[in-house]
Amino acid sequence: MSEKKPSAWLRLFSALVYLYIYLPIVLLVIFSFNKQKLNVSWEGFTLSWYQELFRNQQILLAIRNSLTIALVSTIVATIIGTLAALALQRYRFPGYTLTESTLYIPVIIPEVVMGISLLVFFSLIGVRLGLGTITLSHIAFSIPFVALVVRARLHGFDKSIEEAAMDLGANELTTFWRVTLPTILPGVLSGALLALTLSLDDYVITYFTAGPGSTTLPLRIFSMVRFAVTPEVNALSTIWVATVFLVLLIGQMVQNRQR
Amino acid sequence: MAASTRGTVLKKRRLSLAALRESTTAQGLALIAPTALYLLVFMIVPMILVGILSLMTRGPYGNVVYRLNFDNYTRLIDPLYLRILMYSIGVGAATTLITLVIGYPLAYYIARVPARQRNVLLFLILVPFWTNFIIRIYAWIMILRTEGLLNSFLLNLGLIKVPLDILYTPTAVLIGMVYEFLPFMILPLYTSLEKIENAQLEAAADLGARPLASFLRITFPLSLPGITAGSILTFIPAMGMFVVPDLMGGAKTILIGNLVRNQFLTARDWPFGAASSMLLMFLTLAMTLYYTRKVGFSEDLLV
Repeated sequence: MSEKKPSAWLRLFSALVYLYIYLPIVLLVIFSFNKQKLNVSWEGFTLSWYQELFRNQQILLAIRNSLTIALVSTIVATIIGTLAALALQRYRFPGYTLTESTLYIPVIIPEVVMGISLLVFFSLIGVRLGLGTITLSHIAFSIPFVALVVRARLHGFDKSIEEAAMDLGANELTTFWRVTLPTILPGVLSGALLALTLSLDDYVITYFTAGPGSTTLPLRIFSMVRFAVTPEVNALSTIWVATVFLVLLIGQMVQNRQR
Repeated sequence: MAASTRGTVLKKRRLSLAALRESTTAQGLALIAPTALYLLVFMIVPMILVGILSLMTRGPYGNVVYRLNFDNYTRLIDPLYLRILMYSIGVGAATTLITLVIGYPLAYYIARVPARQRNVLLFLILVPFWTNFIIRIYAWIMILRTEGLLNSFLLNLGLIKVPLDILYTPTAVLIGMVYEFLPFMILPLYTSLEKIENAQLEAAADLGARPLASFLRITFPLSLPGITAGSILTFIPAMGMFVVPDLMGGAKTILIGNLVRNQFLTARDWPFGAASSMLLMFLTLAMTLYYTRKVGFSEDLLV
């Protein structure tokens, strides 16, 4: 598409939608520097909420839990999911269609359904809920997303480079490490980034599979904002949004350079 | 001598690898096995267990008695639960419709601006999409609550005399839902609109079609797969959502997601909760199949 210039109305409408998307986030950031605890009106600039945030042991524990779960589940899901993407893109085997459609289940069914299934499963086999069960669950919902993303990137992969490498004497493993992996790496990395985000973001499935002492950041934020507004959460949100913005910006720049 | 031994070893290894390469079925199975096993244990088996549980009986102390029983499903026809079901479908449909009405023109606009600007605009859609969703709800709580920013703004301007009660109403739930799911609608819409060739629109114009006619007869039909994907990605999670109603709807708004959650964690009636969850799952699968059969659906819109 493109070419014909969009009309002024369309332009105005789009600007308003962007305002709708960003105004809440901008307000969130501004009020993280506000002196007033109740966040009703602007009273003056302060950094004290950030200091308080880093003194809050419960939040620090939640950050540590969230990062541990996200790191482990991302690594495992990225490896398993990438193998699945390779299998689906390049091979035919018995049960192909079945596994392929199974991969779409977590993408399509509501999270609450998956959450209670895992809760039922873990309690029936008698596993104590905690960091372990959360991590196992995060791996389960991340694998399909990684597989789908990596597979989409594999579509354009030229198999003849691999054949060339093997003709030149490289064995399968060397070919994989030196040729295949570097070529599909951007896809694998975006799959990993998605898995990391899904894990850090997840509330619903974590809620059903968490036990005492395994509160993650989304669970902590939820209980903090349930009945009250607190600038500490604004400070935390500001750090979060800034991190996401930077990571995405770097990702975009890397992608642009590759083109 | 040494060289020739190395040569035979290499040749042997090549041969066995060639044999392995030949049996691509075995390779494929080896690569898919971890995923298949993992999803079998942590997704399929748990879902089957929920299916079985939905046919069991609740014991007197909230425990599960293993006695076959279909009451959990017949209970769902009770007007109380039917109302929850209809309300969930209504909220899901309203969310989908509003995000479509807001998202379509925006996706259309993004697809028509020059490539450089387009990347920036898409990037700006992605940032909130990758930001934690409870944080996004919190931003709206801050704005909408009685002592919130919207009310203090309107009061200061003198536009209202008494603060508006928006938070903890169904309206607040809709505002939160639309905000959560807007990117899920915009991205697939953009993907399908961006694919439309300019030549097709030019051809239509050359043949004398007015802009409105060419939109209705070319652009819109060609964007249907995007509308389908966006609607599925919005409707299904919106219908099963319980976090937005919890935080923004107060106790008054109960969707089917809240019902499932409450049965498991508050009422401790696991069999009935399992039956409600099965209903939600069947509804989503039926709708997905119906939509995709009817309009066609391309999987690359999902990722």
